[in-house]
Amino acid sequence: MRKLRRWGPGLLLIAPSLIALGVFVYGFIGWNIRVSFTSWRGLAPKYDFVGFDNYTALARDERFSLDIKHVVVFTIAFVVGSLVLGFVMAMLLERGIRAESVFRTVFLLPMAISFIATAIIWRWLLDNGGGRTAGLNKLFADVGLGFLRSDWHKTDSSFAIAAIALPAGWALSGYVMALFLAGLRGVPDELREAARVDGANEPRVFWHVVRPMLLPVVMSAVVILAHISLKTFDLLYAIDGKNLNIDVPALYMWFTTFDGGFYARGATIATLLLLGVAVVIVPYIWYSVRSERR
Amino acid sequence: MSTAIRSRSAPWVTTAKYVALFALLVFFLLPVYALLVTALKDPSEVSVTRMWELPGSLSFASFTAVWPKLQDGFVNSVMLAVPASVLSAVLGAMNGFVLSKWRFPGADFVFPLILFGMFSPYQAILIPMVQVMSDAGLRGGLDGLILVHVIYGLPITTLIFRSYFAGISDEIIEAAKVDGAGMLRTFFFVALPVAPPAFAVAMIWQFTSAWNDFLFGAVLTNRDYWPITIALNNIAGGQTVPFNEAMASALLACLPTVAVYVILGRFFMRGLMAGALKG
Repeated sequence: MRKLRRWGPGLLLIAPSLIALGVFVYGFIGWNIRVSFTSWRGLAPKYDFVGFDNYTALARDERFSLDIKHVVVFTIAFVVGSLVLGFVMAMLLERGIRAESVFRTVFLLPMAISFIATAIIWRWLLDNGGGRTAGLNKLFADVGLGFLRSDWHKTDSSFAIAAIALPAGWALSGYVMALFLAGLRGVPDELREAARVDGANEPRVFWHVVRPMLLPVVMSAVVILAHISLKTFDLLYAIDGKNLNIDVPALYMWFTTFDGGFYARGATIATLLLLGVAVVIVPYIWYSVRSERR
Repeated sequence: MSTAIRSRSAPWVTTAKYVALFALLVFFLLPVYALLVTALKDPSEVSVTRMWELPGSLSFASFTAVWPKLQDGFVNSVMLAVPASVLSAVLGAMNGFVLSKWRFPGADFVFPLILFGMFSPYQAILIPMVQVMSDAGLRGGLDGLILVHVIYGLPITTLIFRSYFAGISDEIIEAAKVDGAGMLRTFFFVALPVAPPAFAVAMIWQFTSAWNDFLFGAVLTNRDYWPITIALNNIAGGQTVPFNEAMASALLACLPTVAVYVILGRFFMRGLMAGALKG
C-alpha cells in the first residue's frame, strides 16, 4: 500500500499517454502485422489467415525488388552526401568565422520547410526540359557549366533516384552540420591545447583528439538520416510520385493500399519497412539509454 | 586569454574558408532565390527558361491568384497545429516530469518503448489507424487529426521535458517533498515555473511537424479540412499549373514555420538536438 501511495500518482499522471501510445504505436503495429497475414482486398476488412503468402508474393514482385534497389541507392547517396556536406559545413564554421550565425541560419533554414514545399520548389529546379533548357540545367548553361546537364530523376535508370538526394540533402545537411558543431564544441579546449603543447600540428590534433570524440555524432547522424531515408514519402510523392524509376516501398505501400485497395499487400510492405527501420533504430535507442545510465 | 593561446590560421586558409562558405550559401539560397523571383514576377514575364532572371517589375499578382485556393488550407493548419502543439507539450511536460523526477519502478523500461514511437515509420500504423478513426467517427475533420498529432508527438515532447527536468537539482524536489508537497503540487509549483524554455522547444517542434505533415492529413481529412500541405500539393503538384503560382503557393505555405524558425531559432535548434537523443 505504501508503495502504491508513493508511485501511484506518478503512474496515474503518465497513464493516459502510456495507454494512448500503447494502442496507437504497439497495438496498431501488431494489428498491421496481423493484416499482412490476410488476403484483405477492397474496402471491407477481411481477417482470414493466409500465412506468409503476401511475403512470398512480394519476394517475387518485380516492382518491390526494384523499390528495394531504389531505396538502397537513395539511402547511400543521401546519407553519404549529407554526412560529408554537414561535416564540411561544421568544420568551416567551427571557429573564428564572422557572421557565423548568418551562415548557420541559412544552412538550417530548409529544416523549417515541409517536404511538400521542398519538393515543389525542386521539381522546377530538376526540370529536364523536354527540348528546352530550364531549371538547374539552364543555370549551368548560363555560367558555362553546360556539361553538368542532367535528366535528374527523369533519367531512365534505376539510379535516377540518386538525383533526389540533392533536395533531400538540401533539406537535411544543415541538421547534420548542427550535430557536428555541437560535437566539435563539446571537445574541451584544454585537450587540444595539451596536444599542441606536445607538438602536434592541427591535422594531428584533429585526428587524435577531436576525431575520436566525434564518433558518437557520426553514429547519431547516420542512424537519423538512414531512418528518414527509409521512410521518405512526401518528398518523392510530390516531386514525381508516379515515376516508377523513383518508386520506393513507402510509395508502393501508399498506392497499393489507398489507390488499389490491396490492404494485405500494403500492410506487408509496411511491416517490412518497420523491420528495416527497427534494425537501425533499436540498437541506437538501446545504446543511447544505456550510455545515459552510466 | 583564450584568443591569445588560440593558434591563428594562415590568411589563405581563412580566405579559402570564406570562399567555400559563400559557395555553400549560394547552393542553399538557390532554391529560395528561384522561389522569390518567380513568385514576385509579373505573370506575363514568367517562363521556366528565364527562371533565373530578376523580375523587371515587382508584382503580387501570383499571390492574389493562389491565395483564394490556399486560404482554407492555411486556416485549417492553424486550427490544427496550435492545439496539437499545446496539448502534446502539456502531456509531454507531465510525462517528462514523472520519468525524471517521480520515477516509478519500470520507468527505465518504459522510456525506450516511448522513444521507439518517435522513430517508427508511420506506414506501419496507417491501415489500423484509418480503420479506428473511421469507426470512431473521427475521420474527415480536424479533431481526429489533432488527436493523432498529439499522440505521435508524445515521444519527442516527453523526451524534451525529461531531459529538461533532469537538469533540475534533486534537492529542490526533495525539499518540496519534505515540506509535504505531493506529486501534483511539486509538478505545478516547483517544476512548471522553471519550464517555459522547454515549452518553447516542445511547442515549436510540434507546431512545425504538424504544419509540415502530409501523410496523416492525407488519410484523415476530407476536402473541407485539408491542411495546407495537401492544398499546396493539389495546387502546385500538377504539371499544368503555372510555374509562378506553384512558387507563390509554396512561399505562402512556408511562411509560418519559417517565421517561427527565424524569430525563435534558438529553441528550434534545441528541439533538433533533442530529436537526436544523446548519441
